[in-house]
Amino acid sequence: MLLSETAISPLFSLAPLIVFLPVLGLLLNIIFGGRMGEKAIGWLASVASGLTFVVSSLLAYGLWAAHGETVVVPFADWITIGSLHIPWNFRVDTLSVTMMLAVSGVGTLIHIYAIGYMHEDVRFKNDPKRFRRFFVFLNLFIAMMMILVSGDSYLMLFVGWEGVGLCSFLLIGFWYDMDTLGRPSWANSNAAKKAFITNRIGDFGFLLAALTMFWAFGSVQFGEVFGKAEEIAAAQPAVIIAITLFMLIGVTGKSAQIPLYVWLPDAMAGPTPVSALIHAATMVTAGVYLVARSWPLYTLAPDAQYIVAMVGAVTALFAATIAVGQYDIKKVLAYSTISQLGFMVAAVGMGAFVAGMFHLVTHAFFKALLFLSAGSVILGLERGHHHLAHHKGHEEHEGKHEEVFDPGDMRNMGGLRKRMPVTFWLYIIGTLALAGIFPFAGFWSKDEILLDAAKLHPEIFIILTTAAFFTAFYMGRQIWMVFFGEPRHEAAAHAEESPKIITVPLMVLAGLSVLGGALNLPGVHTLGHWLEHTIELAEHELHLPAWLEISWGGLNPVVALVSTLLALLAIYISWLIYGRKPLTAGQKDPLKKPLGFIFTGMENKWFVDEGYWAVFVNRYVDIARFLADVVDWRFWHDWFHDKVIAGTYVWLSHIALNRYADQKGIDAFFNGLGDLTKRLSAFLRRLQNGFVRSYALAVMLGVIVIVGYLLMK
Amino acid sequence: MTPSDLLSILPLLVLVVWACALLLVDLWLKRKGVTAFLAALGLALTAGLALAQAGEETTAFGGMVALDGFASFLNVLFPLSGLLGIAVAYGYLKRMNIERGEYYSLLLFSTAGMMLMAHAADLVVVFLALEFLSLPLYVLAAFARPRLDSEEAGLKYFLLGAFASAFVIYGIALIYGATGTTSLSGIVAAIEAGSLGTSGLLLTIGAALFLVGFGFKVAAVPFHMWTPDVYHGAPTPVTAFMAVGAKAAGFAALLRVFVTAFPALDADLTPVVWVLAALTMFVGNVVAIAQTNIKRMLAYSSIAHAGYILMAFVAFGNPATRADAVASALFYLVTYALTSYGAWAAVIALEKQDPSAGSGQAASGLEINDFAGLGRRRPALAAAMTVFMLSLTGMPPTLGLVGKFYLFRTVIEAGQVWLAVIGVLTSLISAYYYLRVVVVMYMREGAPETTREPWLDFTWAVSALATVILSFLPMALFAWASAAGVMGF
Amino acid sequence: MSIPLSWYLLLSVALFCVGLFGVLSRRNAIAILLSVELMLNAVNINLVAFWRYLDPARMAGQAFAVIVFAVAAAEVAVGLALIIAVYRRRKTVVADEIDLMKW
Repeated sequence: MLLSETAISPLFSLAPLIVFLPVLGLLLNIIFGGRMGEKAIGWLASVASGLTFVVSSLLAYGLWAAHGETVVVPFADWITIGSLHIPWNFRVDTLSVTMMLAVSGVGTLIHIYAIGYMHEDVRFKNDPKRFRRFFVFLNLFIAMMMILVSGDSYLMLFVGWEGVGLCSFLLIGFWYDMDTLGRPSWANSNAAKKAFITNRIGDFGFLLAALTMFWAFGSVQFGEVFGKAEEIAAAQPAVIIAITLFMLIGVTGKSAQIPLYVWLPDAMAGPTPVSALIHAATMVTAGVYLVARSWPLYTLAPDAQYIVAMVGAVTALFAATIAVGQYDIKKVLAYSTISQLGFMVAAVGMGAFVAGMFHLVTHAFFKALLFLSAGSVILGLERGHHHLAHHKGHEEHEGKHEEVFDPGDMRNMGGLRKRMPVTFWLYIIGTLALAGIFPFAGFWSKDEILLDAAKLHPEIFIILTTAAFFTAFYMGRQIWMVFFGEPRHEAAAHAEESPKIITVPLMVLAGLSVLGGALNLPGVHTLGHWLEHTIELAEHELHLPAWLEISWGGLNPVVALVSTLLALLAIYISWLIYGRKPLTAGQKDPLKKPLGFIFTGMENKWFVDEGYWAVFVNRYVDIARFLADVVDWRFWHDWFHDKVIAGTYVWLSHIALNRYADQKGIDAFFNGLGDLTKRLSAFLRRLQNGFVRSYALAVMLGVIVIVGYLLMK
Repeated sequence: MTPSDLLSILPLLVLVVWACALLLVDLWLKRKGVTAFLAALGLALTAGLALAQAGEETTAFGGMVALDGFASFLNVLFPLSGLLGIAVAYGYLKRMNIERGEYYSLLLFSTAGMMLMAHAADLVVVFLALEFLSLPLYVLAAFARPRLDSEEAGLKYFLLGAFASAFVIYGIALIYGATGTTSLSGIVAAIEAGSLGTSGLLLTIGAALFLVGFGFKVAAVPFHMWTPDVYHGAPTPVTAFMAVGAKAAGFAALLRVFVTAFPALDADLTPVVWVLAALTMFVGNVVAIAQTNIKRMLAYSSIAHAGYILMAFVAFGNPATRADAVASALFYLVTYALTSYGAWAAVIALEKQDPSAGSGQAASGLEINDFAGLGRRRPALAAAMTVFMLSLTGMPPTLGLVGKFYLFRTVIEAGQVWLAVIGVLTSLISAYYYLRVVVVMYMREGAPETTREPWLDFTWAVSALATVILSFLPMALFAWASAAGVMGF
Repeated sequence: MSIPLSWYLLLSVALFCVGLFGVLSRRNAIAILLSVELMLNAVNINLVAFWRYLDPARMAGQAFAVIVFAVAAAEVAVGLALIIAVYRRRKTVVADEIDLMKW
């Protein structure tokens, strides 16, 4: 590589540190963590993550100084066999650095938040080992995510892809043996299993894509694959379509799109910092990154692109409708995440890679903010509950306070605006950003996606705009239910504000959520020009209607106005339903009556989980049981061996040998054999299981089939 | 027989002599630990001598025995696997009250048979080696006498093994009839001369019967049915040794004979191998799901892995991919040996005598549910077991991923994309039952009683570390496996 | 030399199948063992016949047959020992009753 010899700035040799700093952090915690206090454990992990952010920033600076030229930093030889050579390289280009900055930046803030959060968790009980384990997993996650975004080949990307999946599994099941209140329950470990297994299905698609790629291109290195892409596309267009669609299966798994999204809502079983970091801001966007990274392939397969965009758009709308019917504060955000991921997938599917990446970054800011604020709300309620139990404990019988209380249920909240003012304002900022209100970050990024959609595929524009309407509606519903009205539970009435270590990282995130739009303001397109070094955007020859041609410094007033007005309208409607007359304790959702079964569907996630269970999981278990019990044992051993084969064999020999021998009496040997056969047939009637002989029979059957095949040929 | 003949099989000779001597010496040894030590010393010496032979390429005993990269690679692998077999057995035998010195001599003899298999360049020697390695194994399987299940395992293994070797020898007789010779070089020459005529069919059927017999040894479906019972009943260290050694020896014979002598039968045999491999992967992995006993589960897993290695054989007829087939199969054998020994060591750590069965006649602690709570009770052991399960599934960061990768690549290069797809699909299925062990260890309450023995702990710790570390630098190992080409004639 | 080679081969196949039949149909472990020996002897007939008709000048075929004898003897020794061990504990040599492990 000439480039690396001549122009490489020494700055880039730092690249491997983005993986090894978090690894160092987790090793130190494993070795010395036992003797350190919990504060030290948390800060050590946070510093490791923070240094990763510093290195990422340095790489970004180096890249900016080098005018965005892609740099591949060789690190080690990984696999060399025959013609295939897969080194472990670090790819530093504008796309990967953007991801690195987002992951390590948001990641560091969440590390710091987690120090406070984990300490307050009612289940924590001052067990420093659990505390250490949590931060070890978090650091491992950062390292794996860095491998994912910095990999220079699909195989390296896959290592990171599986690694973050593993971390996700470990962290969802972090409180594997208890529920949110510390009661024994396997719900969390089941959620972890569900996430892992669902993701394996997606990974299967990824593997197929990689295998096809290796078969067609003879390589899985980004450089080689993209270099040959056009040539192969001209010769075998079907191959490119197959690869991109297999990859889409992987994307639907990791980025929670239809039909594999079902694991993400359950993944909220993990601690809130995990939900924010892995299941909102970073890991789930890996699928979006994969599509953006594979832009040369997708650009060559417009049909596949359209399917990707459609999957994203439909997911965006579908998940948004479910979010309307949820009561758990984190579940609403989970479905919102699925919906927003749908926006991103639709964007990169349409070829609007910059818009997709832009939304990815701003979404990381405001969704992390919302999740962490939700965590703060939950903690506040737990504090209130604890306070209450403590207080009453003196007067009443202890056992009475073991009532079932879910601190995440919005029906237990209300009026928190006064009890938790800081969290309230932070939440408002996150909500406005998510709903896409001018001038918050979400407005700019969502507007860019909508504008691209309007230009390229009007039908997707309509679906996405509808989804945006629902987004504003369910966020409005949440705000009114949680923060306004009167407390519907005593715990809410006694909720307390969170300490600084929790609120300060939130303020930073809130700042980013307000200002994040500046990354890619219309007309300036900082991010667009930055990513141009890596992604060449296709120039479309479009005949646009006049209203789409208007540009106010890059901003299309029609699209912007329509989406903003719709969002404001949705918030207003939500105020009419939930804000004007606040819910009272025990009251049913006011939407339930007018919408009837539609709302029941939303409440129950359109019964997709139940359907999957009935169609796939139960069938899978049934088939396994059937194969083991009925086919392998009863059919193969008992019936086929003993009755069919042995029976026929004995019957035939009985006719051929016995009668013949008896009648003609050839010689003593055959007589003996006939005699033996007679006794055997008598015995075989009583025979239930002939084990060793059944096995021998299997061997013989195999021989007969093989020799028969060879003779027939 | 010349001195140079003897020199070329020196490690094997040393091991056989050592084993005979050990059998005698053991009579006067009170402490069986000394026997174990002496046996280990013999194996280490053998491995050292074999290592010193690396790079030589010659034939001996009139072409009946070959010394090449292939043989020296396996001749290092087999004694090392024997060493692990002693490491996991030492404490176990004591604990189960079956500490008898013959264990070590028998293990040495069986190892010698395996080494002879690696050398064999004549079908007579192949047959001799097959019996040489099998007979001690039959006895070892029944070694926990008077435990009923162990005796039963020995008897079943023996009856079926003898049955299968009858097919091997019949196949060899047919090959002899078709070509007039049993030496691999002679067979190649006879095929190339093209004078076979109708006896070509005889040769093909002979080769197929040979494949059947060794398909039995490596546990390929539908010749696999002995495996679960025997692995279940045999004393666990024997199972571990058998799962690794006997399988590797079976594949060694198949690799050498097929790659050297039978490439011309490619068109006839490849579909057979294809179907065997696909069936083996499928049945092994699917039936494993329904198992509740860890030994039976690992037995089905061992069947499934035989299927993965069999995949490499679809490439045996193609001169371009032949070397890759040998290299990737050898590499996978090493992968499987490491991982499998580790997993069995973990099983041994949990196994204990069942006090309810009276006079220590049965073992307990072998259900998968007995692993519950291991993550808390023995974190290091549980972590190691997790590594083994991940490696058997073929997930990073373990050697299993690299091994599967090489195998799939060989299969794809041989043009059998669908077989690779079946391989990927079945390993997807396998994630279900391997993951279940991990879930049970970490996410279920339980208080497993485990044994701490230095050599046992050493085995699983080293296996786990090697499984992870080698996955990051597999090149050295793969380079060695690639260099271990089969000598041509 | 009036008997053609194919007759010997057919005899060998017949003997092999008799052995096969024995293994599959006898319950007694000793009988199964004997049936396996029959199969090995079928091979010996094959080997000696091939040697006599195809390659009488060299010893290979005969030597091979002798090796098969020796191996068969070793196999019987181990096999009978195992069967006796089982018999001592269970008082049976019926293969079908030895079915502790299944599924």
